[in-house]
Amino acid sequence: MTASSEPLLEVTDLVKHFPVKQGLLIDREVDRVRAVDGIGFKVERGKTLGLVGESGSGKSTACRTVLQLLEPTSGSVRFEGQEIAGLSRREMRPLRRQMQMIFQDPYASLNPRKRVGQIVGDPLRLQDVASGGELRRQVQELLERVGLSPEHYDRYPHEFSGGQRQRIGIARAIALRPKLVVADEPVSALDVSIQAQIINLLDDLQDELGLTYLFVAHDIGVVRHISDRIAVMNKGKIVEEGTADQVCERPRDDYTKKLLAAVPIPDPRESRERRQASLGSS
Amino acid sequence: MNGSGLLTVRDLRVGFATEGGILQAVDGVSFDLAPGEVLAIVGESGSGKSVTAQTLLGLTRSPNARIEGSVRLRAAELLEADEAALRKVRGERMAMVFQDPMTSFNPVHRVGAQIVEAIQAHRGEVGKSEARARTVALLDAVGIPEAERRVDNYPHEFSGGMRQRAMIAMALSLEPEVLIADEPTTALDVTIQAQILRLLERLTGERNLATILITHDLGVVAEIADRVMVMYAGRVVEEGSLDEIFYDPQHPYTWGLLGSLTRLDRPRPERLPQIGGAPPSLLTPPAGCAFRPRCPHEFPKCPQPPPLEARLPDAPSHCDRCWLSPEQKREKRQVAGQIGLEAPA
Repeated sequence: MTASSEPLLEVTDLVKHFPVKQGLLIDREVDRVRAVDGIGFKVERGKTLGLVGESGSGKSTACRTVLQLLEPTSGSVRFEGQEIAGLSRREMRPLRRQMQMIFQDPYASLNPRKRVGQIVGDPLRLQDVASGGELRRQVQELLERVGLSPEHYDRYPHEFSGGQRQRIGIARAIALRPKLVVADEPVSALDVSIQAQIINLLDDLQDELGLTYLFVAHDIGVVRHISDRIAVMNKGKIVEEGTADQVCERPRDDYTKKLLAAVPIPDPRESRERRQASLGSS
Repeated sequence: MNGSGLLTVRDLRVGFATEGGILQAVDGVSFDLAPGEVLAIVGESGSGKSVTAQTLLGLTRSPNARIEGSVRLRAAELLEADEAALRKVRGERMAMVFQDPMTSFNPVHRVGAQIVEAIQAHRGEVGKSEARARTVALLDAVGIPEAERRVDNYPHEFSGGMRQRAMIAMALSLEPEVLIADEPTTALDVTIQAQILRLLERLTGERNLATILITHDLGVVAEIADRVMVMYAGRVVEEGSLDEIFYDPQHPYTWGLLGSLTRLDRPRPERLPQIGGAPPSLLTPPAGCAFRPRCPHEFPKCPQPPPLEARLPDAPSHCDRCWLSPEQKREKRQVAGQIGLEAPA
């Protein structure tokens, strides 16, 4: 296998169990929550893998375990061919800049006491990429790139709307030019008219910077729009994986079918027809 | 609007005094609601949809709030009702279901006990065992399995979907005429959302309930609403029947909302049509049409405030707040073979 055809991220048999402990003096493990129960997938360079599932399916735990923010119980995570599962924090540090995360809640994921310039500039400063006037210049360029204005540098997060805050979070995530960006429900806390803006922004950034996305969301419509391939998670396992159109148009797994059938169709006539059809069949 | 409905709202205005000045959250909302009808109020955060709903029940009253207009339930004017009279209305005649089923129940009391308490607080004549029997019947009616046993569970022993069902059971416990559901399915998974929507639909039919559904999700609206009101920056910008709003939308904001939906039943577009910019500050709304700064079809008349009126000769109940002529609207909303605000850049 040559370096260029190797996937950026390859996850094999990844397991993350949380022990349930009980006992007065000595904790005994009485059970375990199988949040991620042996999943595997590949993400090719410059592509997007969408991970969908309902609450409790294990998709967020999967993300955090892939990024080694949670220690995997077992399994393998290869980033550019290098095994990163089980690496120490120190060993992970040089790799951190290559993999960044965008969070769901733009109100909770930005430090309210820091100015925007500092929030976006911190990764650059901490990794010794830039300082002083050069740092400021790079941060302002990042702000412009995500659709904000360079004058926003000295403002605080509370002065921004949800959509603008999510742009700040995106600027911070791309500051170090990562190869992989993991986005955990990046638009679900945003208003409908803002969601499309953020999805289009993520699309543009992928083209401009050659980013690879692991995009996690519960909204299949959004996931289908942005993803090349989709993996459907249920109860800690991936039940189906395929191209975005395959999974959405020709689902094979029963759970995927159930999930797709429950998505409301924003079209009254088709919605009525579908309800009548399901009444007739049940 | 002939005012003969069950619930009649006229020119409702809600302003809040803030440090930055008066925030006009609701700016002249009028509608009628009839028994058995589902009215969807659609809008984004800050559109005034939730404040409208809460004001109907007197939940926005505060020294900082200025509330004007009229809310009549049958003959009774609710905006002038005192707190004691409002307490009788809440639950008994108009009940509310909130978005977050995780926080709507008190976690330290059993689910059934909370419903029993609600029944007894309003119906002193009902004995404890009778109230409990009613509670079990209600939980059963909203589809809680083994209601007889589950009635003694604590809220944390219920899943999110079951808690929302229990919330609906509690809302229905006093047999209200009007149910206000504020984003009732937003916190739920899609498979559970579908079940809750079917439940609301069934209850509306069976009990002749008048339902106000507050939501930002047009998919949910398409599944359940009879009529739709689209709100933007505190005002209704368009209202009409479900089909009128979806198949002949008149306001550019509605086009934008419809255009930016991701649809699983259509081939996916290269780019998602979007509405640029962000909703205006309600402290300093733009003069005239509030959507003007985000609208690609702005023309010299837009700084004058457009009235909400019927502009289509054959649809007297389909009203909108846009100065464009119906012909211009039909032409401008066509984007890449479907309804949208503008072609994606």
